Amino acid sequence: MILQQIFDGLTLGIVYALIAVGYSLVFGVLRLVNFAHGATYAFGAHIAMVVIVSANFGLFWGFIASVIVTGLMTMLMDRIALRPLRIKKSKGISALITTIGCSYIIQNTLMIVFGSRSKWFPKIFDYGNFNVGGILVKSTQVGIIAVSVALLLALTYVVHKTKIGLAMRAVQQNSKAASLMGIDVNKVVSFTFFLGGASAAVAGTLISGYYQIVNPQMGFVAGLKAFSAAVLGGIGILHGAVFGGLVVGLAESLAAYYIGGGYRDAVAFIILIAVLIFRPNGLFGKKVIEKV
Amino acid sequence: MPSPILELKNVNTYYGMIHAVKGINMEIEKGEIVALIGSNGAGKSTTLNTIAGLLKPKKGEILYNGKPLVHSSAADIVKMGICLSPEGREVFPDLSVQDNLRLGAFTRKDKAKIAADYEKVYSLFPRLAERKTQVAKTLSGGEQQMLAIGRALMSDPKVLLLDEPSLGLSPNLVMLIFDLIKDIKKLGVTILLVEQNAKMALKTADRAYVLETGRITLEGTGKALLTDDNVRKAYLGNI
Ligand SMILES: Nc1ncnc2c1ncn2[C@@H]1O[C@H](COP(=O)(O)OP(=O)(O)OP(=O)(O)O)[C@@H](O)[C@H]1O
Ligand SMILES: [Mg+2]
Repeated sequence: MILQQIFDGLTLGIVYALIAVGYSLVFGVLRLVNFAHGATYAFGAHIAMVVIVSANFGLFWGFIASVIVTGLMTMLMDRIALRPLRIKKSKGISALITTIGCSYIIQNTLMIVFGSRSKWFPKIFDYGNFNVGGILVKSTQVGIIAVSVALLLALTYVVHKTKIGLAMRAVQQNSKAASLMGIDVNKVVSFTFFLGGASAAVAGTLISGYYQIVNPQMGFVAGLKAFSAAVLGGIGILHGAVFGGLVVGLAESLAAYYIGGGYRDAVAFIILIAVLIFRPNGLFGKKVIEKV
Repeated sequence: MPSPILELKNVNTYYGMIHAVKGINMEIEKGEIVALIGSNGAGKSTTLNTIAGLLKPKKGEILYNGKPLVHSSAADIVKMGICLSPEGREVFPDLSVQDNLRLGAFTRKDKAKIAADYEKVYSLFPRLAERKTQVAKTLSGGEQQMLAIGRALMSDPKVLLLDEPSLGLSPNLVMLIFDLIKDIKKLGVTILLVEQNAKMALKTADRAYVLETGRITLEGTGKALLTDDNVRKAYLGNI
């Protein structure tokens, strides 16, 4: 039975990893926790719903449209609300509060357009269930894991093997020196927001297809859990975010089974608090990173 | 007289209310080494950062080959051929020597020439060649300085701005860095050099400016300033 919980937990965890990576990417480049990330995830799920359910275009186009529209939406959010603060060299707290504000703007927009009730979302990758050594494996879970792993590998490739990825790492480590290299820091930031938005969109679509439900508030808890995951791994560190996501998913699944369903959501935050007390820089974090 | 490659006309730069550079004029000819010396807080780094586009002057003009520069972004200024090796090295700490150099060539597209320039930089700094895959933060101070200069050279600059390249280096490394600066000049690069080490700077430079609390108070050839009484008292410690 425990193997079943582990498998279910890892499925959930890999999606948390996908959301957590978005926090980490943006934090890496701007030293900013983007609290609109959860709402972005809900936004992505709604775009996919429009394309898949309302327009009946199928899952593939649902993903594509959701990635592009959500990515552009986050770029726009940065352009309109955050870049002016950077130009004015405002304090970090201003940007933080702005992202919380954006979170509500996105969420309320979804409520106005789609209503606040939960809506149906079709089950994705639905080819039945298999029994693998006593574990019930749903094809939906296999699909979710495959898409998430592929996307995480793609993100890792972009960050570590491409020219724009090198520019992202340069901005992350020293943004002044990066601009002296001729790197357009604003472009790098926009691109980073796009990647964060795109991965949240995929995560939102996957989770909607898993629970078959979409609503404007869905990003709140998922966003906070993924944030815990990012902190657990050491925010700003990509593989840390992935590891953190898996741990949170696993802990949630095991807690729900052994302690009771009521503890499902709490366990991520218990982990968060424990990490903040005992390993403030996360499991993979080094020294305290301070933006100069 | 040929027109200067870089010309500052009445440049004024502020930090909020602080008036750090107060109307300075400079002319730098193609192929020269020009030194800018002055005590702490005189405005030397501010001047270089203004030329590089990190700071915007409130008043005045900067002309590069006769064309105004002050409305260009730092990134565009690098593309035009002016590159700053900043005070305090500012290398990318967690990236390898190779990646740091690669970032120096970020705006360039000419692959063949870039490859040749890696070789050029590695032959100027053999120590870097031995440490291609080492991450920058584990280099010694002197090696980091070489990396900062090498990285600036990878942008294929026409004008190289060096902010205190000898800072914190042992005497023999200081000699090495100044020799390298002369080698870089031989490659046809124009150099504006900011230094605390006034003696070495004046010996190396063709011409020099003295900056005091945001104003240029003296200018002349390196040799002339080396023997100037005021300069000797203020910057060379009565030798
Ligand atoms: N970011 C800043 N904010 C406010 N004032 C600044 C800032 N940077 C420099 N200044 C002030 O501007 C003046 C010139 O500074 P600058 O760094 O250009 O001096 P410098 O000649 O390079 O000195 P050093 O030899 O110590 O490097 C100083 O009075 C300094 O305090
Ligand atoms: Mg200085």
